[in-house]
Amino acid sequence: MLSKDEVKRIAQLARMEITEKEAEKYSRELSDILGFVEKLNEADTEGIEPIAHITGAKNVLREDKVVEYGEETKKGIIENFPEKKDRFNKVKAVF
Amino acid sequence: MIRDLHNKLINGEITSEKLTEEYFDKIEKKDPEIQAFLSLNKEFALDKARAVDKKIKNGEKVDLLAGIPCGVKDNICISGLPVTAASKVLENYTAPYDAAVIKQLKRFDMVILGKNNLDEFAMGSSTENSAYQTTKNPHDISRVPGGTSGGGAAAVAAHECVWALGSDTGGSIRQPAALCGVVGLKPTYGMVSRYGLIAMASSFDQIGPLAKSVDDAAIVLSRISGKDRKDSTSMPTADKNYEDMLGGADISGLRIGVPREYFARDGLDKGVEQKIKAAIEKYENLGAKIIDINLPKPDLALATYYVIMPSEVSSNMARFDGIRFGQSVGAESEKTGADYTLWDIYFKSRAKYIGPEVKRRIMLGTYALSAGYYDQYYKKAQKVRSLIKREFEEAFQKVDLILGPTSPTPAFKIGEKSEDPLEMYLSDIYTVTANIVGIPAISIPCGTTSVDGKDLPAGMQLMGKWFDEETLLNAAYVFEKS
Repeated sequence: MLSKDEVKRIAQLARMEITEKEAEKYSRELSDILGFVEKLNEADTEGIEPIAHITGAKNVLREDKVVEYGEETKKGIIENFPEKKDRFNKVKAVF
Repeated sequence: MIRDLHNKLINGEITSEKLTEEYFDKIEKKDPEIQAFLSLNKEFALDKARAVDKKIKNGEKVDLLAGIPCGVKDNICISGLPVTAASKVLENYTAPYDAAVIKQLKRFDMVILGKNNLDEFAMGSSTENSAYQTTKNPHDISRVPGGTSGGGAAAVAAHECVWALGSDTGGSIRQPAALCGVVGLKPTYGMVSRYGLIAMASSFDQIGPLAKSVDDAAIVLSRISGKDRKDSTSMPTADKNYEDMLGGADISGLRIGVPREYFARDGLDKGVEQKIKAAIEKYENLGAKIIDINLPKPDLALATYYVIMPSEVSSNMARFDGIRFGQSVGAESEKTGADYTLWDIYFKSRAKYIGPEVKRRIMLGTYALSAGYYDQYYKKAQKVRSLIKREFEEAFQKVDLILGPTSPTPAFKIGEKSEDPLEMYLSDIYTVTANIVGIPAISIPCGTTSVDGKDLPAGMQLMGKWFDEETLLNAAYVFEKS
């Protein structure tokens, strides 16, 4: 059973504000789901490596080269900033 | 269906403009009830249609998909059009570029009617988690179309578009296809570039078609697959025209595996089970060899999925922080005068705009990845994933395809499962495995079952070997045609 305090700690890690009511709801729901995934323990994974990539692709590299996008795309990205000044993304002070 | 329309277009029996207008008329008439589309693209669609008509008139050769109206799931980016992922987070977001699949399809002059509804960020099994509207199942509007590509499946079933592009992370193309009585294909992981698909769980996500027939699905697959430098997990694939390979191969001697574990389950609806058993018999009569096989219990696959998927979700959803894009409480603070810190912007933007199911999965994933629990959940699940893959590799030594139900039940009532997340998750029990092991899988209609006086479609799922879409599509095609 996941306690309300644990739920609040997870919300903190996920950078998400939650209400008391939500904390209660998640404590119940997450406990249910975690109870269900306990089934994983029925599988004997002794000596089994965790999977890295399903089709076996590894070290997929490409040339380290800048590919220019069109002005339209650049403008589109800037347009989508929640807050902006000219061509800059406006953010709150970090410190 | 695409071939017939294509022939009519090139024979001059109909113009793409007329065809496109007809589909917009159907949308206008039916969509207030079905609610399959989130936004329409009328002006551009008609422009494109007229351009195709001009090409045909000039005697230019046009592609099979040219001038054919389709829908696109609203988590796939089309430059200059809104892409919401059915979330309030992206309410005012306009895609600044084309997804790789869109870029490819545009070369074939497809006509995009609009964007189809989905569960928020493709998380759900009924399309009820859309922040905008609930899509209805055209076979019974008191029921869900399935999800998460429920908008596309319902639109194809209600003849609001010829075919639709969906995405499948744990069954999101196949399960709605089954519930709406259409064909849905999830290609092998790596077959289709995910660039420009709003990421949910990156090691499972794959784009694929929802269509009226296997032939239509094959036509689309041939045009969206291939290696893309912008998706490092996409694989070089042979340049195949899948639609030209259908019906050619005899299926006598084809080995179809039927996993015992998929049938002896409480949750499997009797009507659906009966249809699947009839389908098995049909394949036997067609000359296929039916082989009993053992696979890991579907519950184990579902448990694996519900650890790895939310873990990847929690990581992918971190980008919605109210800073780079999407709705932000920061943008409002100029009006409200609230003085927010950077911290406030993260916490309050995410709290305000992300919907309940997405939050639940972020929480679950954050927990599974947090210090002290990582080995117990995430690492364990990745080991079980290896184990399941190994068992499939062994099964595919003995069989060419694996057959079973797509969804354990026909379409359920709107609201029936929305209060119980675990109950909802069980709708994915037969579909998640293909995503876990990365194999291609298709759902095709296999009859209807009568529920409360309504005939509801049942779907059969075929799973194939990695990158062997050819055998999969051919077997589905032969079934459909006989």
